[in-house]
Amino acid sequence: MSEVEEPLDWIARAGKRAKGRRPEYFDDPAVDRLVSMVLALVGEVSVLRERLDTVERLLDAKGTIAREDIERYAPDRAAGEERGLATKAYIARVMRGLQQELEAMQNPDPPIMEWVERLAKE
Amino acid sequence: MAAEVPPPYTALTKHPMLPEVGHDEAARFNFLANFNRHLSGALGAGNRIAYESRVLPAFRAEHGRDPEHRYEIREAMARDPWHRMWSAAKRNSMEMRQHNGRQIVLRQLDRLDAMARQFNEHSGQLELDPGVEHPFYQTAVDIHCQPGGYDGEERPGDVSAGANYDVGIFATTGGQLGGLNDGGGQAVAAWVRKERPDWQPRRILDVGATVGHNAVPIAQAFPDAEVIAIDTAGASLRYGAARAAGLGVRNIRFVEANGEDLSRWPDGHFDWVQTTMFLHELSAKAMPRLLKECHRVLAPGGLIFHIEQPQYSAAMPLYEQFMRDWDAFNNNEPFWTAMHAQDLKQVMAEAGFPLENQFVVGVRAVVDRDIFPDAPAAEEEDYGRSAVWNAYGAWKAA
Repeated sequence: MSEVEEPLDWIARAGKRAKGRRPEYFDDPAVDRLVSMVLALVGEVSVLRERLDTVERLLDAKGTIAREDIERYAPDRAAGEERGLATKAYIARVMRGLQQELEAMQNPDPPIMEWVERLAKE
Repeated sequence: MAAEVPPPYTALTKHPMLPEVGHDEAARFNFLANFNRHLSGALGAGNRIAYESRVLPAFRAEHGRDPEHRYEIREAMARDPWHRMWSAAKRNSMEMRQHNGRQIVLRQLDRLDAMARQFNEHSGQLELDPGVEHPFYQTAVDIHCQPGGYDGEERPGDVSAGANYDVGIFATTGGQLGGLNDGGGQAVAAWVRKERPDWQPRRILDVGATVGHNAVPIAQAFPDAEVIAIDTAGASLRYGAARAAGLGVRNIRFVEANGEDLSRWPDGHFDWVQTTMFLHELSAKAMPRLLKECHRVLAPGGLIFHIEQPQYSAAMPLYEQFMRDWDAFNNNEPFWTAMHAQDLKQVMAEAGFPLENQFVVGVRAVVDRDIFPDAPAAEEEDYGRSAVWNAYGAWKAA
């Protein structure tokens, strides 16, 4: 154990990349970077929503709160399930594009132009 | 509906070594646990639809035949826009889990290191050996995309690797492993109890133990046994030994050693030799060497038990093999694909366990029902993360 005590730059070091070449999922590497940024934001919005829910629940219960109350808050089983469902519903909203693409793969529609042309004739 | 959401992070059992997790940090894991379930469940089905509705027809049109190997499916699926986006999301989820876990651990590393040092100095349950080499199959890539791997250090002698592993496994398993994330080890102990109710193993060896999630519940289930948990990753053992001491589990010792060379223990020393989701982290040459050593140190009449995902066999559809392979190429598990393609029964036979002494059983994670009253149906397959495993075992001839 080192006794030097240079404080650790935990923010910089926490984000270190893992050794092992990262797969490239898209033809343009910018899309890969963008997906990472979008998903990080999606996660942070979820965190904000959960924090707000904590504040609301504590205010309901106590009328006034301290910051420490938020940090220490642990939902009981019912609240945990409600929050879990809210997160699940939130994720379903964010992931709508993929979910609907999945449905379209299951039941593909013809190109919309086909309907445009057909309706023009019938 | 309740069964469909993971429990909140705050429902996990606190033990002295578990890093303190703030409100928003817990919320990040809550998001990831839910997100991982969404990816493997609701959206996971999209991969098969993409495959059957367009990737396979396009492959047939191009090649005039069906794919003959899971790698052919992988190549074809890697061009599919659906599978690309799904994979990118899944990979990012793993990276976000590591990032969040490391922020939690590194900001309080001084406190965690001091506490681990205190536990380990007093307990005598940690035995490190700087002479043990770190095999290349553990260092070539950072397994599970954990920066630094199981043996990583942010500064010499720290517990960051083990603490990060422990604090975040909830997120990757969708909260399915129970309050102490030890459902795997509990499952093993429950199986042994049921199979041989009167058996009292005296000495148990857990190979590839990392932080002891699976060895500790075995030690708890057999309090009169002496459990030795070995790994080449001393950094993980440092945390694991302190974690076990913090939980008050005294009949387990964490020893830095390589399973390929168990020469410090005599022939027939252990009544039970165990590995849990470990064989796929070896290499093609290391695995048979390790299994031979396991055979050598196992006492006649003793039990060898390996928990793994099911092997790829001719009976397993190529598409399923391809999906099960995802971790090999996307989650830094480079031996995963080769290991699961081997005939493990044959490899075990060559290590000294005749086929007629072997058995394969399904083992399902045991979770704490008071915290997880409606734990999800564990049969639901999620290609590598599900809390259902196959166990390859044998009782050594007496």
